Amino acid sequence: MNDITMSTTPNTVAVAPPRATSEAEIEAAAARAATRRRRTVYFWRYFILVVFLGGWELLSSTKIIDEFFFSKPSDIVSRLYTWVTEGTAEGSLWYHLWVTMEESILGFVVGSVAGILAGIALGRNRMLADVFSIYIKLINSVPRVVLAPIFIMIFGLGLTSKVALSFVMVFFVVFSNAFQGVREADRNLLANAQILGARGWQLTRSVVIPSAMSWIFASLHVSFGFAIIGAIVGEFVGARYGIGLLINIAKGSFDAAGMYAAIVVIMVVALAAEYLMTMVENRLAKWRPAPLHDAH
Amino acid sequence: MGAAANNGSPAIELINVTRRFLTPDGKSMTALRDFTMSVERGEFVAVVGPTGCGKSTTLNLITGLAAPSAGEVRLFGGPVNGIDSRIGFAFQTDALFPWRSVIDNVVAGPLFRGVPKAEAYESARHWLARVNLSGHETKYPHQLSGGMRKRVSLAQTFINGPQILLMDEPFSALDVQTRVLMHDELLQLWSQSKASVVFVTHDLEEAITLADKVYVLTSGPATVKSVYEIDIPRPRVASEIRYEPRFIEISQTIWSDLRAEVLRGADRDESQSAKVAA
Repeated sequence: MNDITMSTTPNTVAVAPPRATSEAEIEAAAARAATRRRRTVYFWRYFILVVFLGGWELLSSTKIIDEFFFSKPSDIVSRLYTWVTEGTAEGSLWYHLWVTMEESILGFVVGSVAGILAGIALGRNRMLADVFSIYIKLINSVPRVVLAPIFIMIFGLGLTSKVALSFVMVFFVVFSNAFQGVREADRNLLANAQILGARGWQLTRSVVIPSAMSWIFASLHVSFGFAIIGAIVGEFVGARYGIGLLINIAKGSFDAAGMYAAIVVIMVVALAAEYLMTMVENRLAKWRPAPLHDAH
Repeated sequence: MGAAANNGSPAIELINVTRRFLTPDGKSMTALRDFTMSVERGEFVAVVGPTGCGKSTTLNLITGLAAPSAGEVRLFGGPVNGIDSRIGFAFQTDALFPWRSVIDNVVAGPLFRGVPKAEAYESARHWLARVNLSGHETKYPHQLSGGMRKRVSLAQTFINGPQILLMDEPFSALDVQTRVLMHDELLQLWSQSKASVVFVTHDLEEAITLADKVYVLTSGPATVKSVYEIDIPRPRVASEIRYEPRFIEISQTIWSDLRAEVLRGADRDESQSAKVAA
């Protein structure tokens, strides 16, 4: 932490010392500069977090902002602690979390599989694409959350209505990316595969799907977040369990700490899901040019 | 294939072929006009012409990826029905599958054609050895140099045992030294395979180095302007052949013919862009 003072001039750290002459010296200098840069980044990250949370706590306890509306970090942490150790007023936190996750994951899986299939089918078939594109545009223009009450009316308060809402949130994002990815498949690669002997499904499997994969993955990153949104909005509108219900009840009793605590729970889950997804993607995409430090 | 065996018809014939395109704004554009060419079995033909004159179009007609607007294309005396399995194609740009390792790229053709897995991999290893890439099987294309990627492409093409090999400026992206090495590599592979080759290029020296016959095309719409037999004996060594007096003599003759077309093509491009500007 001694080089905190360095961080006021972060732009100069990459410059190698002028007297470095041997390869080893230059490399060592570069390594030092990289370390310094990394430390600067981490320092600012933590600094901003501390300032934000500390400021919030301070403003709240000194009554500059109203604790009734904004709560304060220490209250939120102790609320989370109670939830984890003793459960919420509505029962075990884990059960609520599990319900929300179940809805999101189901909606996500079904929505993305359907999106990928539809995207590939329409991407490979011009006629289908021309016929259906107008309807997809139409449906896509509906703000998805307004479907929540309709789904609750049709499917009831249980799991199905939330899965349906998650599904429509996910489907269109994945569909349009898969469609685009299929359309962008390299014409040379397609021609090459055809001349090498690929026919029909072989062509789709060996060229079209792999080349659409990076597009599809980009959409999966975003759409898991959408799946959670779908589940929670559904729970807002009507549910017996779930994190959305917890938020709704906290809202009803003007319990700010409860609302923020529920948000923190969702944040943790969404970040974990994102991390998992990145890991899977990196595994599947090992053919891609490696990041710079591996280059030779 | 039966028809191929019992008559002596040429490997490839294009008879009075015309190919028109529709441009995106709905206008018709003629790329080839009354184009006639014939390639004997085992013959190496190079096609040279000014850039953008329709050289690649001829290849697409032979593969069956495109159909002629008029005229006829025949392979071994038979008509072209879709993509012919006797054809191999070398692309100008990199057409390796980036998500497949080197050996999985080479093995693609046989697997598509239903060869059993073990046999296909066996043969892929053999072909990788022939293009001196043993030991690189598990690498991905992005980890290879341009020349190595071209050699993988050649292995990928030759493993199918093509009777007709179509090459669309395959080496134009390589540096000069690597290109000469690839010429030798190609001549060696070809001499053992007995394939009929159509090699499209804008590099006259490359054409003379490799081919038995050089077709010079007019600038678009392309027709055959003249045909030259290259009587330099084989086996040829690509790195040395260009200093032989006979080579220089031939290349001067063809160039004086080609130059007129190149100038005409450049003139037309300029007047076209002037028209667009106006």
